Amino acid sequence: MDGGNIFLTLLQKIAPAGVPSWVLVLSACLVGIGILVGLVSVLVMFAVWLERKVSGHIQCRFGPMYAGGWHGWAQSLADGIKLLAKEDLIPLGADAALFVLAPAIMLAAIFGAMAAMPLAPSVYFANLNLGLFAILAMSSMTTIGVVMAGWASNSKWALYGAMREAAQVVAYEIPLGISLLVPLMVIGTLNLGEASARQAGWFGMHWVLFQNPFVLPASILFFTASLAETKRAPFDLPESESELVAGFMTEYSGIRWSFFFLEEYAAMFLMSVVGAVFFLGGFESPFTHIARESFGSDSVAYQVVAGGTLMTKAMFGVFLMMWIRWTLPRVRIDQVMSMGYKYLTPLALLCVLGAGIWEAIFPGATP
Amino acid sequence: MAAEPQGSMTLEEQARVLPSGEREFFLDVHTTDLEVNFGPQHPATHGVMRILMRADGEVITGAQPHLGYLHRCAEKIGENVEWLQYLPYTDRYDYLAAMNNNLGYSMAVEALMPGLELPRRAHMIRTICAELNRIGSHLIAFGTYGLDIGAFTPFFYAFREREWMMALFEKICGARLTYSYIRIGGVFNDAPPGWLEEVGRFCDVFEEKWKEYVDLLVMNQIFVKRTADVGVIPKEMALDFGLTGPMLRGSGVDFDLRRDMPYSLYGEMLKDNAFDVIVGKGEKGTLGDCWDRTYCRVYEMMESIKIVRWCLERIEPGPVLGDIPKVLRIPPGEAYVGIENPRGELGHYVASDGGKVATRVRVRGPSFTNVSVLEDLLPGALIADAIAIIGSTDVVIGETDR
Repeated sequence: MDGGNIFLTLLQKIAPAGVPSWVLVLSACLVGIGILVGLVSVLVMFAVWLERKVSGHIQCRFGPMYAGGWHGWAQSLADGIKLLAKEDLIPLGADAALFVLAPAIMLAAIFGAMAAMPLAPSVYFANLNLGLFAILAMSSMTTIGVVMAGWASNSKWALYGAMREAAQVVAYEIPLGISLLVPLMVIGTLNLGEASARQAGWFGMHWVLFQNPFVLPASILFFTASLAETKRAPFDLPESESELVAGFMTEYSGIRWSFFFLEEYAAMFLMSVVGAVFFLGGFESPFTHIARESFGSDSVAYQVVAGGTLMTKAMFGVFLMMWIRWTLPRVRIDQVMSMGYKYLTPLALLCVLGAGIWEAIFPGATP
Repeated sequence: MAAEPQGSMTLEEQARVLPSGEREFFLDVHTTDLEVNFGPQHPATHGVMRILMRADGEVITGAQPHLGYLHRCAEKIGENVEWLQYLPYTDRYDYLAAMNNNLGYSMAVEALMPGLELPRRAHMIRTICAELNRIGSHLIAFGTYGLDIGAFTPFFYAFREREWMMALFEKICGARLTYSYIRIGGVFNDAPPGWLEEVGRFCDVFEEKWKEYVDLLVMNQIFVKRTADVGVIPKEMALDFGLTGPMLRGSGVDFDLRRDMPYSLYGEMLKDNAFDVIVGKGEKGTLGDCWDRTYCRVYEMMESIKIVRWCLERIEPGPVLGDIPKVLRIPPGEAYVGIENPRGELGHYVASDGGKVATRVRVRGPSFTNVSVLEDLLPGALIADAIAIIGSTDVVIGETDR
């Protein structure tokens, strides 16, 4: 696979001769950004609606039912319009520049990370050979936004939230990265599309999860660490609303506040995609296999089925996160830290050791 | 960087002793404690309490509760309105247990009327209502405590049952929160047809649902980790501060006014062994921690169900209001009656000079006394523990401020 971009390739095909190449590159970039932003916004709106529905049904309620008619499908849209229309407020004494910059940095970081995410086997924004590495690096950047927001807000509660986020992310990046080493050892690539393609055997069920006994514990560790990484309950300490009012976003309102929301849900989705690709076979499932066999791997039908499979798996991960959020109480900051350093990190290292030994004994398992 | 003692202090003098006993040295770093204004507008203060906290990072080094944001001069109003007119004001101090407040005030006034004989059915309905209200109040305490700890769902489960309880009260008196139903001389009116049967059904359903609460929250491992060994009130401390109710029983002191100074029908119930007093045992951690207090509240709900069932088995038709004149003139004298509110001892002291208006109404609210322990309990705890401790006192600000 080359490092090329599908939009650039398409544009090069349809563009009339004589158009300078930088125009093509620039337009491909703009088209890619537009599609990415639009896609993420729609995904987040869906995820917010889903969260409200899931929480509602868990709590013997219906959740939104009115906006848009059918089960309140337009609730997120209505909320978004309301947030856009709200007053742009920067509190007195806040560091205005940092205050405005913080949500922008978080958004840029999460969109940057999502660029490395393939949508279908041939549809991607950036086909990076270090895809996973880029995702982890870019999504960690959101921490800077949180700390910036907490510091700039000129509020003690926000500062507490920011400090907690910094401590928590440092503690959980380590087990997150180490637990991902286990599937990487099995699969041998950091490229998300390539990783998915390598799990295509056994009628599309040659998932990493079934190839090495140490992948299952690693996947649980990864899921736990990704909850902490995305600030989701029971690790939602940076915003823990009963303790810190709203943590780092206490002073934010309107559209800036909604950027934090967007980032949270986008990060959830991204982590679920990473989990789906590196543990649960990515695009691969029996349906994908059948579509590939009957229509060929260049067909639109195959791309749709493969993309849909990944989306379903990722949404399942998002649903799991929601389920956990509405079931468990929140842990305390010292418990969060000791869990990260004392339990998750050593366990992840053990998994790496075990998986390495397994791979050395049964080297033929990987394609 | 060289470790230079700051000012005239030696290195040893600068060391700060941490709660764990370790010493911390600040060589070239100047840190000051952060003063945090917790409340009055904070999601975990259960109203408008304000606590001024000093915090060293996440560790609280000092706390000072400030009350009075909801002060409505209830006691002074009691000296200016007629005996019966004061009843709706009692609803408003502990608004989660209005039936119990009505009962406390009515019993205090009735203590000044020696000739008054209450019908047995009035006692029965009073007890049923007071115990149902205790369940409702404990449901709020349990649900909001879950919210404080970060578990959202138990709150809605608790409200599902509380909703039915409030519907029952709506049927009997028309109000959902401030009932003014139990009044001097009995209760306002008889229960509507089918009401007592519905209370029976509520008891059956509640018993099933109650098991869910215990599984979902009280025995939840994260919940136990968050509340066990946190905010420990030893026995002596609980007695020194004059704590009552689940706060006292959570510390292992076996004291309940319903059993130890029985009023209304509770003496009769004791002969039948109709209910037990739940006392904390330090099951999950130290005796007197937040978990023990929650345990007391949650298990007390089941005892209340037993009491309601006892009444339902024995209730007979009859009048519900004693012989009360249209214009009440209470014989001169003074009386203090304390009853077991969901939060502890709710005492009413009333004094009369024989007129239509009390000369003094004084309320001993359990929340006010229980909240006094915070100042000693919070230092040394983490910010997250502070939320757990404040939640476990189950304070209703309407009552601390009155």
